[in-house]
Amino acid sequence: MKILVPVKLAIDSNAKPRLKADRSGIDLANVKLSINPFCEIAVEEAVRLREAGKATEVVVVSVGVGKATDAIRSALAIGADRGILIEAEGRVEPLTIAKLLAKVVEEEKPDLVLTGKQAIDDDSNQTGQMLAALLDWPQATFASQVELDGAELVVTREVDGGHQTLRLSLPALVTTDLRLNEPRYPSLPNIMKAKKKPVETKSAETYGVDLTPRLSVVEVREPAARKAGIKVADAQELVSKLKAVGVL
Amino acid sequence: MPAYTPPVADMSFLLKDVFQAEKVLTGLPGYEEVSDDLVSTILEEAGKFCAGVLRPINQSGDEEGSRLEGGLVFTPKGFKEAFKAFVDGGWSSLSAPTEFEGQGLPRTVQILVDEMLSASNLSFGLFPGLTRGACEAIEAHANQELKETYLPKMISGQWTGAMGLTEGTSGSDLGLLKTTAKPRGDGSYTVSGSKIFISSGDHDMAENVIHLVLARLPDAPAGTKGISLFLCPKFLVNEDGSLGARNAVNVGSLEHKMGIHAQPTCVMNYDDCQGWLVGEANRGLNAMFTMMNAERLFVGVQGLGLADASYQTAATYAKERKQGRAPGAKESGMIIEHPDVRKMLMTMLSFVEAARALTIFTALEMDKESKSTDAGVRKQATGLVALLTPVIKAAFTDFGFEATVLGQQVLGGHGYIREWGQEQFVRDARIAQIYEGTNGIQAQDLVVRKLSLDGGAPVRAFFSDIAATLADGAKVPAVAQTAEAVAKALAALEDVTAWLTTGEGANALEQNGAATDYLRMFALVAFGWLWVRMGLAVVAKGAEASPQETRKLAVGQFFATRILPQAHALAVQIKAGSAPLMAVASTEF
Repeated sequence: MKILVPVKLAIDSNAKPRLKADRSGIDLANVKLSINPFCEIAVEEAVRLREAGKATEVVVVSVGVGKATDAIRSALAIGADRGILIEAEGRVEPLTIAKLLAKVVEEEKPDLVLTGKQAIDDDSNQTGQMLAALLDWPQATFASQVELDGAELVVTREVDGGHQTLRLSLPALVTTDLRLNEPRYPSLPNIMKAKKKPVETKSAETYGVDLTPRLSVVEVREPAARKAGIKVADAQELVSKLKAVGVL
Repeated sequence: MPAYTPPVADMSFLLKDVFQAEKVLTGLPGYEEVSDDLVSTILEEAGKFCAGVLRPINQSGDEEGSRLEGGLVFTPKGFKEAFKAFVDGGWSSLSAPTEFEGQGLPRTVQILVDEMLSASNLSFGLFPGLTRGACEAIEAHANQELKETYLPKMISGQWTGAMGLTEGTSGSDLGLLKTTAKPRGDGSYTVSGSKIFISSGDHDMAENVIHLVLARLPDAPAGTKGISLFLCPKFLVNEDGSLGARNAVNVGSLEHKMGIHAQPTCVMNYDDCQGWLVGEANRGLNAMFTMMNAERLFVGVQGLGLADASYQTAATYAKERKQGRAPGAKESGMIIEHPDVRKMLMTMLSFVEAARALTIFTALEMDKESKSTDAGVRKQATGLVALLTPVIKAAFTDFGFEATVLGQQVLGGHGYIREWGQEQFVRDARIAQIYEGTNGIQAQDLVVRKLSLDGGAPVRAFFSDIAATLADGAKVPAVAQTAEAVAKALAALEDVTAWLTTGEGANALEQNGAATDYLRMFALVAFGWLWVRMGLAVVAKGAEASPQETRKLAVGQFFATRILPQAHALAVQIKAGSAPLMAVASTEF
């Protein structure tokens, strides 16, 4: 079984995002970028499947400028076999990414696409679903457990009411949730090997996909600052305040 | 306990923009593939490991401590698992030679990983640190059989190392040591004696502990010329490499210490244990000194790492702690707005970043020393490393300790209680000023031995390097003022150096009394030099420079105006001579 893992380079989870002065987006200059944690979980899962003898090859793919290679190298250090960088400038929307990835799927013919459920920068949570639709493949999103059962995949999903278990025939697409696994710390020998693993660079144009954004960003704002609370004298006052704001 | 952010961005800036490390390293045989990119990735992942695995067990390890039960040492909760993860990750083999299954990476990368290890968990960091020191001594001096038997397993981390030097009556003066070794007739020796202060002497994290023990052979000359080095494993090793019988390498007790509580510092009894000679008979000190430069650089970065960890906590706290009205403010605000708090943070920061720069400068010289194909380059590097080693060991641990005290002070009462971890840094930092040759000994080494090395060639070369940077700095407005202040301090240092080497102070009495002040003055000038170098790199980077990099211009100015003037006071103190030190008769104390 061959696994394709699309990964994204996103603002590091420990970095503090700053708005651009014109509110057109997040200022990415001098901000630490890392592989999106959900994508990292997808890579870890794919590598575990290969280590368990259930998969033969793990290919990672990322769309973006040259820096996106960092996300690919992180994935290679965890244990992925090779990488593909699709170079595209500027803001590339989930649908465009999904279309590009669909072309990569055509070329690579993986049996399984494993990717993060969303990226922690814009929280779109769309690419995986759109890709599955474009490919007309079965999909299981928000996976917390993935098991291969013969030619089928048994996936446990985290849903609002609890867990849902799906059985999918391959080829299929799975997006990963936080509790699927805890990615390893890459070992030093693997970090060094990762530098020698092949990463193929392709231009987005060669895929014949229209990269023009279909959405326009009007404004990006910081969430409203939390307002100061008030002190209540006793339980009675608390109840009346809660009734006043309509939560009781 | 706030999170520790590994300073990988600053390290990468220093490597790439200040020292052009890629050019230096890839030009050395064996390091052709050590690109900036590879180094930052390694540092990034090492930093994640330190912050994610080692830092969380630092405080709990301190609270619990190592314990001795039934003659065996047990490390605190989580250490065994963390050590396994460290070893499985291949981190113990980073700079070890590929010939013995190491990763063969440069010292420069190793020392930066060591900084993060020390900042995250000093007690833990000493295990791989001492093992590496032991490996280096074995590699340089032991016979091939010992190397093949012990090195691969020590490098992989399956076994660890310990160094048995100090005895109850033999500390700084190893010539007094009493442990003996007698030939057994089969090529091995019977080693007997008792050693104290043995770091990582025993523990439950690895299968075997390999002790390198200094001892005297029968008929050995008295003093330091009669000391030999012996390898004594906790478990004897069978022909096939498997573990055999327990050797009589016994833990007498654990030392009760001020800090590094998780680190088992042992009293070791070598009760007629079996040992093997490492290197030549009576040349044990020489074998030990092989790894001394590297070990002292390692101890220096312990001071640096702890200072950074303390700084990060203090800065986080100062930005969140609302207390008092800052000058000019209408209402109470965060304590970071107070100039006095700023002074503490700036003092810490101006030490940390300059010390990190000096670490990289020196480590690159060590890499040139061991790998360059050019004998002239090797010779110059050897001189510089010899000169700077005592400075780094003593100044980094002195300034580093002082920084941890400031970091504690910023938190006020919260710095004194345990919750924030600041008091642990103070306690842990204290040992680095003492072990691996006290800072007093380091200063003596600098003044008595290193200044006159090669007729003073290394110190002249170093001062002329500094002068060249200052001349460049004088032409660049953003760093010109800093460069001017450093030039004045350098002139004062050159004057004092001449006084101590060829002038009135060129005698044992004056040199001994001046040494610690001189070393501090030397370090201040070196830091000033690096602030100019860093400033020049920031200016060269222009708009590409990050805020953290641009900040260096202001930190350099702070250093030049508020810290560096101490160099001039030190010059006055030194020239006052040793007479005031000796004026009171020893019987009057």
